[in-house]
Amino acid sequence: MSKTDPGAKRPETLGGYIVHNLPFPNQLTDETLASLREMAPIQIEQPYSVTYLHSYAQDSPFFAGLTNKVLLGCREPESGYTYATPRGHDMHSGAETDWVVLPNEGTVHAFTVCHFGSEEFLPECPFVLALVEFEGADTLFLTRLVGVDPDEAALDWIGMKVKAKYLRNAKLKPTDVYFVPAE
Amino acid sequence: MRTVYAISGGVSKFAKAKPDKTYQAVVKEAYDYAIEDIGLTFSQFRELVDGSVASYFSDHFTRQLMAAIMAQDYLGLCPKPSHRVEGGGATGGICFQEAWKAIASGYMDICVAYGFETMSHVETWKGNEFIALASDVSFDYPVGGFYSGYYAMMVTRHMKEFGTTVEQLAHVSVKNHANAFHNPYAQKRRRLTIEDVRNAPMVAWPLTRLDICVMSDGAAAAILCSEEGLSRLEAAGAEVPRPLVRVPGIGRGTDAMRMADRPRQSFDDFVECNLLPNEDTAETLAYYRELWADGFRYPGVHSFRAGRMGSKEAYRNAGITDPLTEIDFVELHDAYTSSEIQTYEDMGLCRYGEGGAFAASGKAFMPGVDYGLDLPEEPACPVNPSGGLIACGHPVGATGLMQAVFAIWQLQGSINKHFGDPALQLSNSRRGAIHSHAGTGTYVTVSILEREE
Repeated sequence: MSKTDPGAKRPETLGGYIVHNLPFPNQLTDETLASLREMAPIQIEQPYSVTYLHSYAQDSPFFAGLTNKVLLGCREPESGYTYATPRGHDMHSGAETDWVVLPNEGTVHAFTVCHFGSEEFLPECPFVLALVEFEGADTLFLTRLVGVDPDEAALDWIGMKVKAKYLRNAKLKPTDVYFVPAE
Repeated sequence: MRTVYAISGGVSKFAKAKPDKTYQAVVKEAYDYAIEDIGLTFSQFRELVDGSVASYFSDHFTRQLMAAIMAQDYLGLCPKPSHRVEGGGATGGICFQEAWKAIASGYMDICVAYGFETMSHVETWKGNEFIALASDVSFDYPVGGFYSGYYAMMVTRHMKEFGTTVEQLAHVSVKNHANAFHNPYAQKRRRLTIEDVRNAPMVAWPLTRLDICVMSDGAAAAILCSEEGLSRLEAAGAEVPRPLVRVPGIGRGTDAMRMADRPRQSFDDFVECNLLPNEDTAETLAYYRELWADGFRYPGVHSFRAGRMGSKEAYRNAGITDPLTEIDFVELHDAYTSSEIQTYEDMGLCRYGEGGAFAASGKAFMPGVDYGLDLPEEPACPVNPSGGLIACGHPVGATGLMQAVFAIWQLQGSINKHFGDPALQLSNSRRGAIHSHAGTGTYVTVSILEREE
């Protein structure tokens, strides 16, 4: 049998503890052990952070298009069904789609003003989300609409003609394109 | 398929946070209640039950992968068969249906469905981020991922298309909060006015904080069984109330994750694929033909094709041809006041485009509850008598099961026993529908429960 060490210890460090002592019975008796049921819960912080290597895969040309100020969509080669948000294969035929250039102008199909949101976007509130429809496209495109007053939201924004603008310094995000009122 | 009975259930009190218990212990609250309600002990039931189905939505919220097995072992259900299901907001509804399938197929005679969510461990804005990860992370989330924003876009389109008003939306909030006033399990029990709803802080125009459900911690459990399972339970001393509650039919539908991808179906396709039997009349067909003539897109972003298909399948399986007159109440997924209105239409309580008027008509309200509103019509089919998600809370994996439990109690006539208040007990309630909904309408389950005559 190999040598064992009953006196082995993990090294103690000063870093990392949050409190020096928590209230706890001085004597452990049946009564004090039972009283532990009444103890308030201990809550600690658990940070979590991770960086993913996300691949746009077959949708990559769309993002390359945005950096070159071109809005690409996808079209089913036979039926001509056109997706304003990229899609590698058609939902109906299963066929691989072709890349097509979408018009630079469209109309607002639906919108909202976000006064609150996810942590990542909180600093940008209020911001306007819009679904844009394009002549010749069967589906819509989700985007940011700027150049309207978020405090003056009105239903007649729906139907508004809007045109695409592009970030000069592309971030390789779908927000590299955004829309503004066309007139 | 064998007859499936839903014999008992339990719900933990939904709360903003439950730091005093781990999620396993919260599940046990609901589970123990369901067992005690049929007069069995934990050990007796443990011996009799064949297996389980577990549901929770988000590994991010829990920060514990395979969290369901830790509930399974806490409940003493190991080594019996089980699996976890996940389908966004519909997770609980899917869980109920998977338990139903286990019984209907003959795989099990007694199955317990339990679900939970722990949403309080992160701040609300981080929770919004986690939930928004249930949208396309290449094309939706980076634009400003926020579910209330997605639903608000549906609202503006619904308003534009059909003339729906924010006051009509607010009727849903007033109704559901007032119903929950009589439900001790609910998180928000409040009497509100239309003005309160409209004057609440704006979240995503035009939805205010009182148009939107909150995040919650909570759990729910339901026990389903076959005839044989019922005999086994009763032989062991279980007291199962008569008349029995059975589940004659389930239905489920799906739609594309990205709202932008929702197709634009022709009128003929709609009639062939999506029309409900009660809509197959010359008048309604003429009404729909006119919508299409005006440029109506179906499903577009204002309608949930998944909800329609789930309803259509469930109605067919349960032999329902006219939901408004043949269903006595509905517990539906009102994560937003607007989605309740959209769902009235999907479920055929009214036609597409009529949800706003239906909401304010009074038909979806409870008899005998004081809403402080002047409603033109009598209740026809109360919707969310429990208070729904808006008032009860929405611990995602538990929500669809909570609906099942409230429906079981409603049909057993035992609301007073469980709520300590008879206000929400419908008299002679024979059949109810529960509806659970995910994403922007991606997975939707509809299950029918009815009292055996």
